[in-house]
Amino acid sequence: MTIQFNDETFRDDYSFRNSERAIKRFPFPFDKDSYMYAVNMEQHRGGPSDSIYEKRFDVDEHYVSEMRDRAMVLADDPLRCQSLPHMTLAGWDLLELIMVSKSEDYPDLFQLHRDGDQWHWINKPLGIDDKFTFMDETTLPYGPMEYITRQTQGDFCVLDQRDDNLWMDAGMITTQADWSLDFDIGMNFFEWHAPVPLAHEKGIFVRALKFLLNIQQGAPARRLNWTMTVNPLLDTSPENYHKWGIQKTELTPENIGSKQHLRVELQTFFRLPRSNGLVFPIRCYLCSFQDLMTSPKWGRRLHRVIRDLPEELATYKGFIDNRPMMLDYLSKFDDGLPTSNGIWPEFDTEPPLQK
Amino acid sequence: MSGAEKIAVRVTEVSPLNELVTRFKFEPVAGGLLPTFSGGAHTVVEMRDGDITRMNPYSLMSDPFDQTAYTISVRRDDEGRGGSLFMHKNISVGDEITISNPVNLFSLDLRAKKHLMIAGGIGITPFLAQIKQLDRAHGNWELHYSCRSEALGSYVDYLTNTHPNDVEVYYDDQKQAIDLENLLDGQPLGTHIYVCGPKGMIDWVRGKATELGWPREAIHYEEFLAPQPGKPFEVKLAVSNKVIQVGERESLLEAIERAGVDAPYLCRGGACGMCETSVIDYSGNFIHRDHWLEEDEHASGKKIMPCVSRFEGKTLVLDR
Ligand code: HEM
Ligand code: FES
Repeated sequence: MTIQFNDETFRDDYSFRNSERAIKRFPFPFDKDSYMYAVNMEQHRGGPSDSIYEKRFDVDEHYVSEMRDRAMVLADDPLRCQSLPHMTLAGWDLLELIMVSKSEDYPDLFQLHRDGDQWHWINKPLGIDDKFTFMDETTLPYGPMEYITRQTQGDFCVLDQRDDNLWMDAGMITTQADWSLDFDIGMNFFEWHAPVPLAHEKGIFVRALKFLLNIQQGAPARRLNWTMTVNPLLDTSPENYHKWGIQKTELTPENIGSKQHLRVELQTFFRLPRSNGLVFPIRCYLCSFQDLMTSPKWGRRLHRVIRDLPEELATYKGFIDNRPMMLDYLSKFDDGLPTSNGIWPEFDTEPPLQK
Repeated sequence: MSGAEKIAVRVTEVSPLNELVTRFKFEPVAGGLLPTFSGGAHTVVEMRDGDITRMNPYSLMSDPFDQTAYTISVRRDDEGRGGSLFMHKNISVGDEITISNPVNLFSLDLRAKKHLMIAGGIGITPFLAQIKQLDRAHGNWELHYSCRSEALGSYVDYLTNTHPNDVEVYYDDQKQAIDLENLLDGQPLGTHIYVCGPKGMIDWVRGKATELGWPREAIHYEEFLAPQPGKPFEVKLAVSNKVIQVGERESLLEAIERAGVDAPYLCRGGACGMCETSVIDYSGNFIHRDHWLEEDEHASGKKIMPCVSRFEGKTLVLDR
């Protein structure tokens, strides 16, 4: 299926929109009517056709505009992209992984021609056509990690693995849910997760780390995480909290359907072969409440999840103040009928809203 | 099926190096390229020995950047579980075998200012790949290699010819030994130690370095995660009403799957918790290997993680 790239913004006038197709393939993160942190990881080996799980690096209608937004963030704040000196090899690993994956998965959009270390990369949507020498940084306009992640949707944490831990020693972070690369750089898995409530006590991070350390070449994994964002903003960083934090107070019963977005991160994990590092792409998908409500199953379920979510999580995710208003809106889409298991919308089988 | 896909390779060279060590070269059956890897990685070689599938890990010693072929060196162990003997006796050029994707449990710390490598005997193999990786990046390294005798010194000539200034060789039968204390003493700040060889040597180096105040994270050693076989045992699956046999070299999870019972799993490595299974009845001992259950759960006899854990005894009935 060919992709029509949107011309849209994630700031100022917020012209971001999801097409009907984008709504249908939105990664709704709740597989049942309640939510709690868990070691929710599975293999990342494809998925249903046209789902966001199908390809190794999903490219969608927001690609070109998201890359434009990333360039603007970087122009304002170059520290959103950092790589400690020992991480250059991992950067080449990432460049290779993405170029090979995208050229195989989207041959009409991306092409990679390799003749030994002489590489030729063509990115049609962004109009890029570059020849360079693999492993020779001087032949690229940026370091390898920065070069390829300026052309790939999602944030990227590039982790060094040593001493039975993972270290955040490189990254490209411009679409984050309120955390900072500049603050976390050089930290290990437990240090950067310190602010998360409840999960430490439940032993989730100890288990998750063990799983990650064992991720093998050729056996990537994935999980979904989620939060809430008012307005379709990609850059909800602590650095810019003064700009976006205030927008949370602008929510009204009239505009909540269009302004309030469920923000879902498809997080994947790939072993990097040459460096033995790990890359953690965090791909952000936004969907407004009113678009989500086009699926009766999602409407019923989102109401129940938000209603019953522990206070600590609603606070950490930053929507505790707006929760009552959200519930007023969402309750209109919950008729009490049971929902089927799993995250898919089941448009064909789920009964319409009985209200 | 656990973890990554396996790779089908053809044996394209079998070269005896000396009385004990033989080198094998593998190329992909399907043509194309093999995955790249990082120096220190190993592959698990599957050997079909009659009814049994043997699985042994061997360090990849070829250039990590060479995707056309992998090479390993196998030291014949006349007393071991039989895998190395099988390689020596039964594998010849043209054979097709299955290997795993590379896994690295002995990787270089790329922050190191200098890499100090200490090898004993066949423990030389991971260093051969690491040296190729470091040479390409102009890394600073030094190798101290201890062998039983000149006759058994695999790759000594190659190493001393290509890197005369960076390699020091010691022969046991000539009473040569690494002067470890002095060696460690003279290292610049930011040096990392890597040791691979017999267990006694690893313990010696780790002990001495710790004694001299080296930080734990600067001491690396290869602790081979050999596949964990065990005695065969019988299990009754209560829900599906089946009695199954778990073979010596298969996991409980694999045996359950082989019986056509659909059991949940994700990681197949004892970490994710997905395969957790309730024990209905047992008489015998559990061999718990997972990282998931708490100690008291292990002791309770009520749960087992079939992806990695086993059982020894008369009866085991599972809620599956
Ligand atoms: C190496 C890969 C990972 C990286 C780089 C990473 C990074 C992060 C970061 C930067 C945060 C924000 C913390 C803050 O508030 O400052 C976070 C939150 C979190 N992480 Fe991770 N993480 C990784 C893997 C995992 C895994 C495997 C799990 C669990 C199975 C996990 C569970 C969580 C949870 C539950 C939160 C709170 C999210 C929320 O409620 O919105 N993380 N992670
Ligand atoms: S499958 Fe993950 S613990 Fe067994």
